[in-house]
Amino acid sequence: MKRPAPIGLFRAAFVLLGKDLLIEWRTRARLNALVFFSLSTLLLFSFALGPDTKLLERNAGGYLWLAILFASTLSMGESFRIEYENACLDGLRLAPADARAIFLAKAMGNTLLLVALGGLLIPVMVALYGVKVVLGVGPLLATLALGCMALAAPGTVYAAIASNARARDVLLPLLLFPLIVPALLASAKAMMLVLQGDPMNQLNSWFGLLGGFNLIYWGLGFALFPRVIED
Amino acid sequence: MGKFLRMALPPIALGLLVTGHYIGLAVAPPDREMGDVQRIMYAHVPAVWIALMALTINFICSVVYLFKPSWKTDSLAEASAEVGLLFGTVGVLLGAIWGRPTWGVYWTWDPRLTTAAILLVSYMGYMALRRFVEDPEKRAVWSAVVGIIAAVDLPIIWYSVKWWRSLHQVQSSPKTVDPEMVLPLRISAFAFLAFMILFILHRYRIALHERQAEVALPDALPTDGPQANRTPGVV
Amino acid sequence: MQAPAPASPPAIALHDVSKRYGRHWALARLTYSLPPGRSLLLTGHNGSGKTTLLRLVATALSPTAGHIEVLGRNTVSDRDTVRQNIALLSHASFLYEDLTAQQNLTVLARLLGLPSPTDVANELLTRVGLTRRTQSPVRQFSAGMRKRLAIARLLMKAPSLALLDEPFGELDPSGIQAMETIIGELKASGVTVILATHLIEQGLSLCEERLHLSEGRAVAA
Repeated sequence: MKRPAPIGLFRAAFVLLGKDLLIEWRTRARLNALVFFSLSTLLLFSFALGPDTKLLERNAGGYLWLAILFASTLSMGESFRIEYENACLDGLRLAPADARAIFLAKAMGNTLLLVALGGLLIPVMVALYGVKVVLGVGPLLATLALGCMALAAPGTVYAAIASNARARDVLLPLLLFPLIVPALLASAKAMMLVLQGDPMNQLNSWFGLLGGFNLIYWGLGFALFPRVIED
Repeated sequence: MGKFLRMALPPIALGLLVTGHYIGLAVAPPDREMGDVQRIMYAHVPAVWIALMALTINFICSVVYLFKPSWKTDSLAEASAEVGLLFGTVGVLLGAIWGRPTWGVYWTWDPRLTTAAILLVSYMGYMALRRFVEDPEKRAVWSAVVGIIAAVDLPIIWYSVKWWRSLHQVQSSPKTVDPEMVLPLRISAFAFLAFMILFILHRYRIALHERQAEVALPDALPTDGPQANRTPGVV
Repeated sequence: MQAPAPASPPAIALHDVSKRYGRHWALARLTYSLPPGRSLLLTGHNGSGKTTLLRLVATALSPTAGHIEVLGRNTVSDRDTVRQNIALLSHASFLYEDLTAQQNLTVLARLLGLPSPTDVANELLTRVGLTRRTQSPVRQFSAGMRKRLAIARLLMKAPSLALLDEPFGELDPSGIQAMETIIGELKASGVTVILATHLIEQGLSLCEERLHLSEGRAVAA
């Protein structure tokens, strides 16, 4: 058999992304559990704070991001658990798949999952907290996408590390939470503007900030991830 | 050199600490607004500076390790992170003690304090990672990666917290420093620096010995004992 | 792949190779060269270093000291070229539990850039005798079926050097026979085989050379 030329970085990344999405689809029960987990997080915020709708509405942006953040530590850990089961990651490395393509695929997959989750939570917040999406769907999706990307890139690197260590369930949030404080601040702020209106036109500067974070996090992840998974 | 430093540094550090604090506590004038309380600055500010310096060493070691792996670099990274965490904790605690009489609260969400808190949690995570990974090689690589990401994140945290707070009213603390305050501050800073070098040296030796206990260091390749009849390539 | 020309480099060349896990030396100063066109049987007790050696040659691990050449290419500096030319059948199956047998193979085919991935996958599934349950997730497979699927994965890479770690483990007698046939076919098509197994008889009938490991060192069997 003739050996075809190895495929490029981005094509490999999309093949791997397709594989990850296929696995997610085939294990939708797990996905559903994740959705219900974040829904109950949202519900618990209202129990913890009491039925003060004004307070809930004012802070809805922050609660949404916390719900996404908690769910992300579960989903990103899971995305590497399937790779370490049967040493699939070794199988990919030896295929050979470029380690950077693996990073891009995992980070994109985690981003898509979190964006979809956020999209599902918004209508729930409209019902539970009485929020209105004042700025419309476009800025809402942009905020979700930028924020989830900023969570997913460092989360992917740290999930690859933590899934291989002892006490992995504690280690991932312990490493990730302080790191993504800036992204969380910016996304929560942007989300509040999206939900409550933006009279002073601040949204774009928060978007710029999030874009900058993403450049740094994705660049670092792209450069450092191969060292994490190669021996 | 290492041994000489370990012998000479403790008296130097102690001497500088005593001198600096004597001048700071007894000679320098009290702050016009804050009074004597302000004198905590002579310990608080150097502690924070030195913490940042130790964490910078950690960052440099992390980068160097990824390019040229060596147990010495890894040990120095571990030592500097731990010492940095120690000085950082001291700095934040002193800051909180200072804050109580000045601002009326131990804690405020001012950018400096917030950043310092996140920094401490970051490096606690770094230390936890080092404890939770058994394989020394993997531990070294992974903690180097985490060390780099944590350090790069630091200025980002600083600016984002500043931005975040800037939408509210931040209480500003005037930072006009009397020249008579500069001298004790400098001496204290050198005292803390001497302590940092001392602590890192000791911690580095312990870390290196730990590595030695975990792995046979690369120069200790297995040799052919009399019992192992090595016959390369024999069928 | 044709039979290598006389001037071709050794299939594998180990130069003073050591591998350490913690304080334990899994391989200690191993020097060995496998002539081109010959196949190698690795024997030794559990923990003697067979798996470590195969993983080192496969570039899944890097040696602590010394260096390895596979078909004349260094496993560290020229890693990607080596990876394109080898395939490893390891204890871990490299299979995704939640994907079907066919999907596991098509993903690899896409990654390798093969034309018509589904056809390639179906062809290989037939070759390893897995035609009935191609649409069931691997999670429902028995150990023997996983082994068959793993060998299909190896065949898809069309390697020049096939590294087989206990290929007969977990197989029933008919499976062992099928595996022997496949290894024979690999060799007939010019693939160099390195085989680690406890079934020394089967191994000796398939391989010309033998390397016996004990505590990470090569010793006379």
